[in-house]
Amino acid sequence: MTPSPAIELKHVSFHYGNVKALENVSLTVARGEFIGVVGPNAGGKSTLLKIILGLLKPASGEVRVLGLPPEQGRKRIGYVPQYPRFARDFPITVEQLVLTARLGQTRWWGGYSRRDHDLAHEALRRTETFALRKRRLDTLSGGQLQRVLLSRALACEPQILILDEPTANIDQRVETEIFDLLKKLNSEMTIVVVSHDIAFISYYVSRVACLNRTLMCHDTAHIDGNLLDQLYGTHVHAVEHRHD
Amino acid sequence: MTEFLDALMQHAFLRHALIGGLLASLGCGVIGSYVVVRRIGFLAGGIAHSVLGGMGAALYFGFDPIIAAFVTAIVAALIIGLVTLHGREKEDTLIAALWAAGMAIGIIFLSLTPGYNTELMSYLFGNILMVSRRELWLMGMMDVMILGLVGLFYKQFLAVSFDEEFAHLRGVPVTLFYLLLLVLVALTVVLLIQVVGLILVIALLTIPAAIAGHYMRTLAGMMAVGALLGMLFSSGGLLLAWQPDLPPGPVIILLAAVSYIVSLLARRLRR
Repeated sequence: MTPSPAIELKHVSFHYGNVKALENVSLTVARGEFIGVVGPNAGGKSTLLKIILGLLKPASGEVRVLGLPPEQGRKRIGYVPQYPRFARDFPITVEQLVLTARLGQTRWWGGYSRRDHDLAHEALRRTETFALRKRRLDTLSGGQLQRVLLSRALACEPQILILDEPTANIDQRVETEIFDLLKKLNSEMTIVVVSHDIAFISYYVSRVACLNRTLMCHDTAHIDGNLLDQLYGTHVHAVEHRHD
Repeated sequence: MTEFLDALMQHAFLRHALIGGLLASLGCGVIGSYVVVRRIGFLAGGIAHSVLGGMGAALYFGFDPIIAAFVTAIVAALIIGLVTLHGREKEDTLIAALWAAGMAIGIIFLSLTPGYNTELMSYLFGNILMVSRRELWLMGMMDVMILGLVGLFYKQFLAVSFDEEFAHLRGVPVTLFYLLLLVLVALTVVLLIQVVGLILVIALLTIPAAIAGHYMRTLAGMMAVGALLGMLFSSGGLLLAWQPDLPPGPVIILLAAVSYIVSLLARRLRR
């Protein structure tokens, strides 16, 4: 029996009221893939992620995460949201923030277990933020915060990592560091990353899904000016990128 | 000070007042911290004011006002929580309506109840000097319930207050914990009404926790320091009010408010 794919979308459509957000999207992400989802703003990228996470129900079509309905499969997803909804001045330390990833997999009463702490610490070490663990959230820089949110996702013990514009508000150097780290993590887990920066991510990902309400899926090798024109509707400079 | 201590030895009502203030401070530090970080001070104010409806009705029909206060507060909290969760009405509009309607009902019932108009002042501004032994037991029981639930579910309450979407994805029943939190806010509001009255409740529910938030790194730290500050303000206010024979509730609130301003300024200067 072959293992079910990491993520499977079949003919998925979604609309907000009368506004169509996704139309007949079919996409299969195999286990171990590192896939980039690119496309213009309001092209449905975040909607697609919310459907995979089971936060939104598609109007039609079928969604499977690790062969399960999203509500069950998402326990194995580590999610890094684009705009964290929390207040930056919330009185919480980095360690406590990462520990919240253990909810649902730990005892329901009282504090966290030894094992929860071990897993949180391991996740912090992997993103090189272990030294920050006693710091309050509002003392972190944008890049540090992004690494901490990645730690929280890793502490879920995910088989799939989903990141929504993980480097939107941080500088180029840190962006490169984070993607280098993702590349390493990819040896253990499937990664889906949403970005508007097709040129940058195509260097890292194994495949790009181009989303503008509907899907135009391609290998990175096929990205050229023509496709970008189709996708964004206006002329975009294609940037040279190399492949491993 | 010594006069106050002498009076404390002599008068049981003063000892009750002191104990009542200390008991209310536990709830105010713990639940007040959630109110501050979740920014639901207005919601707590709405619950507090709607309670007058229940208390007025209880006096008119001859029920126990404090039990009526607990019931009204919980019902108001659940109405606000359920209606806003289902997105039927804007939260602040609903709170404002409940706030005013509760007071209107209360005033009408009080005006229909002969000889009870003096009660109105103590409901509005508190009368900690009138707290009975039975009410103290009730307050203590509420504290045990609040501390017990927060102790059991500290990590869920923290996760839900901090990042609701993420908590939901991790399988935490977010709606249940939000409603439970609102019920705890309702219980705390009634605790504090005993001390400072329903108009001044919001101050005691937010100021000690807010000052603690200036200095503490964690929510638990904020709760502990908030509770200690609440004890300091309620005991200090009682002491300051004794000699010049001022109403203790407003003195407690003023003490808290002045401390808050001092803390804000101190933080400004340190930067």
